Amino acid sequence: MNQHCPSSTDNWPEVKAVAERLLGEDLVQFIEACRKTSEPNSYLIAVLHKVQSKFGYLGASHLDAVAQLMQIPAAKVSGIASFYHYFRLQPRGKFIINLCLGTACYVKGADHLAEKLKEELGIDFGETTSDGMFTLEGARCLGACSLAPVMLVNEDMHGTVTPDQIPIILDRYLKKAKRETTNPPET
Amino acid sequence: MIGKRRKKINLTIDGTKVTVPEGTTVMQAAEQIGIRIPRLCYHPDLSLAGSCRVCIVEVKDMGYYVASCSAPVWEGMEVRTNSPEIREARRDIVELLLDNHPMDCQTCERDGNCELQNLAYSLGVRERLYEGKRKEFPIEDSSVSVVRNPNKCILCGRCVRVCAEIQGVFNLSQHGRGFHTVVAPAHLVKMDESVCIQCGQCINVCPTAAFLEKSSTEAVWKALANPDLHVVVQTAPSIRAAIGEGFGYPPGTPCTGKMITALRLLGFEAVFDTDLGADLTIVEEAHEFLTRFQTGGPLPMITSCSPGWISFMEKFYPELIPHASTCKSPMSMLSTLAKTYYAERMNIPAEKIFMVAVMPCVAKKYEAQRSEHMMPDGRPYTDAVLTTRELIWMIKCYGIDFTRLPDGQFDAPLGIASGAGDIFGTTGGVMEATLRAASRILTGKKPDRLEFTEVRAVEGLRDTYVAIGEQNVHVAVANGLHNAKTLLDKVVSGEEHYDIIEVMACPGGCIGGGGQPYPSENYHVLDPQLLRKRASALYTIDGSKELRESYENPALEELYETYLGSPGSVKAHQLLHTQYRPRLPRGIR
Repeated sequence: MNQHCPSSTDNWPEVKAVAERLLGEDLVQFIEACRKTSEPNSYLIAVLHKVQSKFGYLGASHLDAVAQLMQIPAAKVSGIASFYHYFRLQPRGKFIINLCLGTACYVKGADHLAEKLKEELGIDFGETTSDGMFTLEGARCLGACSLAPVMLVNEDMHGTVTPDQIPIILDRYLKKAKRETTNPPET
Repeated sequence: MIGKRRKKINLTIDGTKVTVPEGTTVMQAAEQIGIRIPRLCYHPDLSLAGSCRVCIVEVKDMGYYVASCSAPVWEGMEVRTNSPEIREARRDIVELLLDNHPMDCQTCERDGNCELQNLAYSLGVRERLYEGKRKEFPIEDSSVSVVRNPNKCILCGRCVRVCAEIQGVFNLSQHGRGFHTVVAPAHLVKMDESVCIQCGQCINVCPTAAFLEKSSTEAVWKALANPDLHVVVQTAPSIRAAIGEGFGYPPGTPCTGKMITALRLLGFEAVFDTDLGADLTIVEEAHEFLTRFQTGGPLPMITSCSPGWISFMEKFYPELIPHASTCKSPMSMLSTLAKTYYAERMNIPAEKIFMVAVMPCVAKKYEAQRSEHMMPDGRPYTDAVLTTRELIWMIKCYGIDFTRLPDGQFDAPLGIASGAGDIFGTTGGVMEATLRAASRILTGKKPDRLEFTEVRAVEGLRDTYVAIGEQNVHVAVANGLHNAKTLLDKVVSGEEHYDIIEVMACPGGCIGGGGQPYPSENYHVLDPQLLRKRASALYTIDGSKELRESYENPALEELYETYLGSPGSVKAHQLLHTQYRPRLPRGIR
């Protein structure tokens, strides 16, 4: 550091500390290892994958932290994150609803289920309810055509669903979430 | 391949034989025989995108049309730029762009100087065959300087490239995919929450109206119509060198006198010259520099006239804040004096004065609103900032026949200025003016030479030693912040010791500012030819003046004697100096 540059106006130590605290030791170490390679920028997508698998999504503050620690402009980081379908920029719900929209399910009325789900949840595909409970997603085929129309909620398969069952199914998960908050499952 | 001549390549374009060096593109080769292939995303001073496909040509034995901007020539290549098929294909491409573009040309700010509009005309788009889907993004006008309208964006990416490659800011990027792609700062945040430094180069390179300055014309019309206000104006050095372009004069025509007359016709009660603020900046800055030079720092001292640079420093190089001169910019110095010194002399209450500044710069709109530049009552010293473009429009709107105007004179006392003030408008000008002043102070006599041509040139970087008296001063000049980074990194690492550095955010300095007129035909934004012409206008004005040193300005002598005391005095500090602080988000260098 140049002796003529007093560090009092340099905010890098704070900016760096904020970024490191947010990402955590494991990711900081991974980024440091990437930066020691000859092409550190080529690791950006690998870093984003790791951040997403840790936090479930890529929030603006995560992306900013990656930008600072990798020294890649934030606009570039967020541009790339928003381009790839795999990256999620919003947090996901506790329960991920995957409604099958494949041919078999569709002819058996998946479109009516889609309408009912959107109405009940007040969200569109790809979105998450404001209470953080449900994320609604569409799938092309879940490989359970004999049960069409099907929907998957986390790991549970629901077959031959009708629109009027939707509120009951959703309510069951809400109750489950409530039970878990009052009596957390043993780990 | 230093020392080796590039291999020559022979090809034919539209039946004409052409010989060009290896590596030349088809587009460049065509220009050599007088064919300008239509283009949109291409910009000669930016990297290649090859995304718009408007510049396609036919190449014999190729199964598809080739984008001429990015296709290098090869031996024996046969190119057709103008078959009926290729003309139709180009027209179709532009039509498809228009299908998603708002149909509001008549009410658009770029009407008449829009590249998309001109292209549609020259390619012969005369009807709309399809109605495409329109983009429905909100208009983003959070910034006091730059307005972003993604609905008019054609995704050519020039703004992304200028911001990253010329300014080193990299605030913009394309977000999302396909039809929903939008050019925006990181996380689609508002411009004023981004690392944007408000230089406005995105406005200059945008072919449409996707980026524009935040207009201040309405506020100025309103003030001019208010009989209770004493409305005064100041014009920056570089306005006189560029305003003529808006009225058909060739670039480089000085139009000081006509500009002043036009401002009087618009109704301004006094017309001041920002050059006086520049002279004052030099006197204060030279005093500050010599104090630092003699007491050991912090050196280098870095100039502070360019608000884009100041913003860049606060976001990208906050550790250099102690190096920046504490002098306010010429605009802010002059505005401050207008509402103190001038107000007292004229016996007009400061709150009745409405100060308009005509600037080549959109970042000045931001500077004027900074809390450091407010009067004690919380109102700004500079009430409104107009860009050169906005003033040109106001003059036209008023019906003033600019070319027929007689020459006017600036008003005393805030309109008397030296040639050193004029050259502030071009890169290297502040440095040259400073060297003139430093020569006088260090040698104690009139300088042997007034012209320091070693710091002149519109190209991005100069690094040299200048002998002044007994001292050898290490000076550097940078314009375009990507160039400035090269110098600043050396300062931060301690690799190089400089005594004084001039940084101007925009390429060429203020003459290439984000508020200057869109170039006329035969020129383009960032064009060194254009910048040289505008710079030469300022050097001509300086060379023709008797008064060429800031220290000889009689108006300043009187100002210091009757009002400020001496350079660097407590009062001078109160009124003419300012401070900076680190700002977030922190930019990535």
